[in-house]
Amino acid sequence: MVFILQKTLIFTIPLLIVALAGVFAERSGIINIALDGIMIFGAFFGAVMALFLRTNVPFFVSHPQLLFLTCMLFAALAGAAFSYLLSISAIKFNANQTIGGTALNLLAPALSLFLIKVFTSKDQLEMGTAVDLAGERRDFSYVISNGNLPGFLRVFFDKAYISTFVCIGLFIVLSIFLYKTKTGLRLRACGENPQAADSVGINVYKMRYLGTTISGALAGLGGYTYIATVANGTASGAVAGMGFLALAIMIFGNWNPLGIALGALMFGFLKCLSVVYIQVEFLAKLPLPMYFYNIIPYLAVLIVLAFSAGKSRAPKAEGIPYDKGQR
Amino acid sequence: MKEFLKKDGTRSLIASILCILGGIFVGFVVLLLLAIFTKDIPIGQAFQGLGIVLSGPFSSGRNAMFQLGNMLFNTTPLIFTGLSVAIAFKTGLFNIGAPGQYLMGAMAALIVSLSIPSSVVPPAIIWILALLAGALAGALWGAIPGMFKAFLNLNEVIVCIMSNWIAANVVSWVFADSKFINYAETKVNFIVKTETNNIATPTLGLDSLFSGGSVKSYVDISIFIAIFVAIVMYIIMNKTTFGYELQACGFNKNASKYAGMNEKRNIILSMAIAGALAASGAALWALNGHQDFKWETYLTLPADGFNGISAALLASNNPIGVIFSALFLKFINVGGSNLAANTAFNEYVSQLIIAMIVYFSGFARYIISVMKIKGVEKVR
Repeated sequence: MVFILQKTLIFTIPLLIVALAGVFAERSGIINIALDGIMIFGAFFGAVMALFLRTNVPFFVSHPQLLFLTCMLFAALAGAAFSYLLSISAIKFNANQTIGGTALNLLAPALSLFLIKVFTSKDQLEMGTAVDLAGERRDFSYVISNGNLPGFLRVFFDKAYISTFVCIGLFIVLSIFLYKTKTGLRLRACGENPQAADSVGINVYKMRYLGTTISGALAGLGGYTYIATVANGTASGAVAGMGFLALAIMIFGNWNPLGIALGALMFGFLKCLSVVYIQVEFLAKLPLPMYFYNIIPYLAVLIVLAFSAGKSRAPKAEGIPYDKGQR
Repeated sequence: MKEFLKKDGTRSLIASILCILGGIFVGFVVLLLLAIFTKDIPIGQAFQGLGIVLSGPFSSGRNAMFQLGNMLFNTTPLIFTGLSVAIAFKTGLFNIGAPGQYLMGAMAALIVSLSIPSSVVPPAIIWILALLAGALAGALWGAIPGMFKAFLNLNEVIVCIMSNWIAANVVSWVFADSKFINYAETKVNFIVKTETNNIATPTLGLDSLFSGGSVKSYVDISIFIAIFVAIVMYIIMNKTTFGYELQACGFNKNASKYAGMNEKRNIILSMAIAGALAASGAALWALNGHQDFKWETYLTLPADGFNGISAALLASNNPIGVIFSALFLKFINVGGSNLAANTAFNEYVSQLIIAMIVYFSGFARYIISVMKIKGVEKVR
């Protein structure tokens, strides 16, 4: 049971933070379909920095958790920078946001795989290939082990990653920021009625840049978290469609943090089921193949969305370029 | 000449060409920067690399005809997925579900073409049945997001993405441990080729024409079918009441409802047609006869499904334009695949260029509006 909860948490965290990334963009009025691409780019840049820092800065070799945190920061910066491609096209040039996002989704794998292959002649970048004497691949995983803790605490503190605590902390702080601060309120106003926001002196363009940049940073960070925890430290120009799943979770969660937390937890559990079902006795006995468990999370999202469809409340002005002259 | 420049069609063509040039330029800049800042790569390779990408199959010298033939063959599915995305776009729907529809089409066509023994039924009839089965499977799969959109007003992008991954797993599930796996040639990751059941699309000698010495390429008449279907789609969309209704639905759903059109039916039909198109492309690819279909599809979605979006956007969703944009995309893809043999670069450059072209195509409206403003000033 503890094992399943640990796994669930590992799958949930990237979804949680990337779905929040989607909220920041859409609440400010920009559809960010590029979450997947930004995750890929953040993951790539974080992995490059991990390799670079470990080979060139001895300090980080002896402090792996600090290295992990530093790489998360770099991944967030890379994600924010990459998202500027989207915000410039969407905010400055009034381009179609779906096209811009799609382009970023194509660009991120192309660019990262191109660079990975030029420098390593391989199709993927492994943050750590060294296997230590005990046979564990310690270099990239930075696992925190506390096997002696009592049951429930082990879910959070055994076989855990520092990214889990960082992401949960960020999620709480940013949710409060979005709902309880002046800037947060202004940002949300720009996604609902930008003309009204403008009339009271809010700079709509600035707010939308802010929303998309926070969105990019969170998605980049989520991408790095994904490859460092779920994908065994390998950047391969793909994140298994996690960005799109996060997008679905955002809609499922009705663009608000509590709903998203619930959705990410549900989806994380169902997703982890497809990995661990073989270790759960009564599920392993059922004559169902892996493909069945793979389908469940996607099917569950569709069914839940179908039932909650009427109540869905998207930000009113999302996807519409802001035109000052329009009423 | 001035009148010619003022036409909307001319303007969007100019915008497309500018987007292509912009994409190529960015690709070149990336190569150049890499050559400048990396000691092992001479700067000349950046120019050489760009030349290879832009000459497509012709960069391979003696192998050019062979590569050209395979390029024509591989363009067929892309024309179909491009048409699929374009038709949905015209109805105001973003069909990002083409990869899933593609997989369902390939699956249905393979099952039908391998299940009916050609000793009982003439191969030509099986071929037609298999193509129809593929199209039907895709139509049904495409109709699902359409129904979610029409009846529940659920964003089609999300439903399409979910349906992609479901399709990818369903296809693996159906083929796993089935008699369709190619045990005979011990290629257990692949499905039996349809030629073993005497089913192969006619080539009319094209494969011998486009060959490298004694090795024939895969080209068959499916490329002509693709061009024919594109023309038919153009006529349907622009010259019939039905096509007009679909486009009206795309411009303004509520207005078309007010005008007495059944907008729910139009949304579902549009997605079904889009699904049938994407699936037909996959079916024609599979029915070529000589292709190995990897049945474990659950980890990656077919690239041609997503590239259909690029083909459609580059053609401004014009069905005739899709033929040319698909040919162009495959052309530089082949060029990219020739890169690694001659330079330090690799095939991902062409995808990078395509991504940037799509990015710039988002600016098309901006470019056209700038052209319009310039045009007005000249008249004054």
